[in-house]
Amino acid sequence: MGEFLEFDNVSKSFGTVRAVDAVSLRIKRGEFFSLLGPSGCGKTTLLRMLGGFEKPDCGRIFLDGNDITDLPPNRRQVNTIFQNYALFPHLSVWENIAFGLRVAKRPRHEIQDEVARMLKLIRMEEHAHKRPDQISGGQKQRVAIARALINKPSVLLLDEPLAALDLKLRQHMLLELDIIHDQVGITFLYVTHDQGEAMSLSDRIAVMHNGKVEQLGTPGEIYEAPRSSFVAAFIGDTNFFEGTVREIISQDYSRLAIDGFPDVVVFNDKNMRCGDAVYFSVRPEKFRISREKRALDDKHNVIAATVEDIIYLGSHTKYWVRAGEYRLAINRQHVRFLLDEQPIRWKDDVWIWWHADDGYMLERYSESDENLMQVPPEAIGENGTDTPSGDAR
Amino acid sequence: MHAEHDHHRLPPGRPATPAPGPRVKPARTTSAEVLVTAPSMLWLLLLFCVPTLIVFAITFKPADLYGGIGPGWTLQTLRSLSNPNYPTIIWRTIWISFVATAICLALSVPMAYHLARVTPRWRQLLLLLTIVPFWTSFLIRIFAWKALLHPEGLFKQALVFLHLVRPDASLLYNAEAVLLVSVYTYLPFAILPIYAAAEKFDFGLIEAALDLGATRLQAFFKVFLPGIQRGLLNAFLMVFIPSLGSYVIPDVVGGPNAEMIGNKIAQRVFVDRNLPHASGLAAFLTVAVLLPMLIMIIHQTRAEKQPPTMREVA
Repeated sequence: MGEFLEFDNVSKSFGTVRAVDAVSLRIKRGEFFSLLGPSGCGKTTLLRMLGGFEKPDCGRIFLDGNDITDLPPNRRQVNTIFQNYALFPHLSVWENIAFGLRVAKRPRHEIQDEVARMLKLIRMEEHAHKRPDQISGGQKQRVAIARALINKPSVLLLDEPLAALDLKLRQHMLLELDIIHDQVGITFLYVTHDQGEAMSLSDRIAVMHNGKVEQLGTPGEIYEAPRSSFVAAFIGDTNFFEGTVREIISQDYSRLAIDGFPDVVVFNDKNMRCGDAVYFSVRPEKFRISREKRALDDKHNVIAATVEDIIYLGSHTKYWVRAGEYRLAINRQHVRFLLDEQPIRWKDDVWIWWHADDGYMLERYSESDENLMQVPPEAIGENGTDTPSGDAR
Repeated sequence: MHAEHDHHRLPPGRPATPAPGPRVKPARTTSAEVLVTAPSMLWLLLLFCVPTLIVFAITFKPADLYGGIGPGWTLQTLRSLSNPNYPTIIWRTIWISFVATAICLALSVPMAYHLARVTPRWRQLLLLLTIVPFWTSFLIRIFAWKALLHPEGLFKQALVFLHLVRPDASLLYNAEAVLLVSVYTYLPFAILPIYAAAEKFDFGLIEAALDLGATRLQAFFKVFLPGIQRGLLNAFLMVFIPSLGSYVIPDVVGGPNAEMIGNKIAQRVFVDRNLPHASGLAAFLTVAVLLPMLIMIIHQTRAEKQPPTMREVA
């Protein structure tokens, strides 16, 4: 099976801003594909070019083997769920869903059958006669989905579709979207700044930054093996260290010197040489934490630390510890609850350790990423901290 | 942090569909609101409602020989309104007003569309140009048109030069001249309310329509026009009603064959000195304007009270 949807070297500038910079992407048929990135990374511009609302300055877009770059929006086999849903306020739910078939002048009985089918899919049969201002946000969302799907698009474009919903509803709609994707089986192209949404829904994710694709891969690949410090910081929480390669221990392992922190052993996933400046990252859940020092082999880094903060979160506890000059986030799963175990308390001296394979090195990044590093990890990771509007348009 | 907490506390996969609550809250008038609106209400009552009622009343009074109002009550005026001249003039008044309104709306909609879409700088300039004519007296502008359309006028000469008009054709003193000057006069009154509506229109809806397969034309008619229907209605009333009562325009650029009901009323007052007859015509005009408006208002309030029906399914 050939590639279904292809962006070939697509660029778009607005004035002096290069919103999309030579992006090439290949998306498979039936895939749930996400474009993930912060505001202004160019993801919405890319989506709008596929929808036909923006013309690329250069590069081509192919859908099912046909060049659609110059087609107007109404002649493309793609439909969009807009961020604010863009339901027609003067039409009822029923009429909104029927809109696409009506402008296509389809026979009346066919329109009725199709709309009924769609109303059933989104479970809104009893609201068919209501107007958009009489239904809730989640219902509007579902109407927007039905209105787009009734045209049987080859690709459904979703532009931050959950951004306007509250957290609880968002969780529910995530599930709903997943179910609808399974039912209709068409390609979904999903644009979001929320890594949680992208991770939970997508087959593959393209992480975008400054108009470029930073990394393309499955959610697992992107989380476990980020290719750049931007991706590492943007996807999930992580602890960053600045260091230099001190010694190549073996083919697989190196030793890093870190200012204000003991030396660490790290897996050689990049071809680093002695003296190279690197960033080093360990995710909070890769750490182990205990009062007692364990005897471990030389593939483990064991470091003394002091607990500064404890946040109990039910399924796990988050510890903020001070080690050397670094303040580290550590997540500990509550695998087994032992009443007689003496819990770790505030200001306790503890030992933390992790296996050399669980940290990864990253090349030094560009200056713009520096800012990202300043943000405490918990501010980046979760929903609702970032306003999605004004995305490079 | 809060978001994170909630995230973990949420039971997985539980449907969370809030019930659509009633949105319409009946407006309750407080005494403060009454106090605030009282001056304008009083103004309307004293200077609009009362005079209108006086006009209605005079219709049922006899005329005296000296141009005044005689004693007693009579239906004489009402009977004389069946003069066979009137239907022609009323009909002409209605169609000139209607065509002028239609042309004004047709010109205003594209204008308003572009006003809403251009950059703020352009918008300011265009709005200024729309309003600038008001800085010159209405009468002077009408007489200016008379000069333009005059057989030796600039406009006429230009048209003759371009072979668009025969040298002996008259551009003045006919219904077309009245129509032209009416459109010129009332155009800003159509542009402004339509622009006000277009400015609030969400142009993302046009994109949504195109995305769903509509052509630009379909998007315009099926989404844009319904979206600004309030503005269209206001523009219609703002042009049609004053146009029905126009008096100066047909008097200056219209001839005997382009008289409108306003001219007849003036004639009854100044030439015939028959106030009851003039009042009768004026009352007729008022009823003719108010009746369609009343029907429209009743229709609208009823439509707002009731939820829209599934009329399209039937």
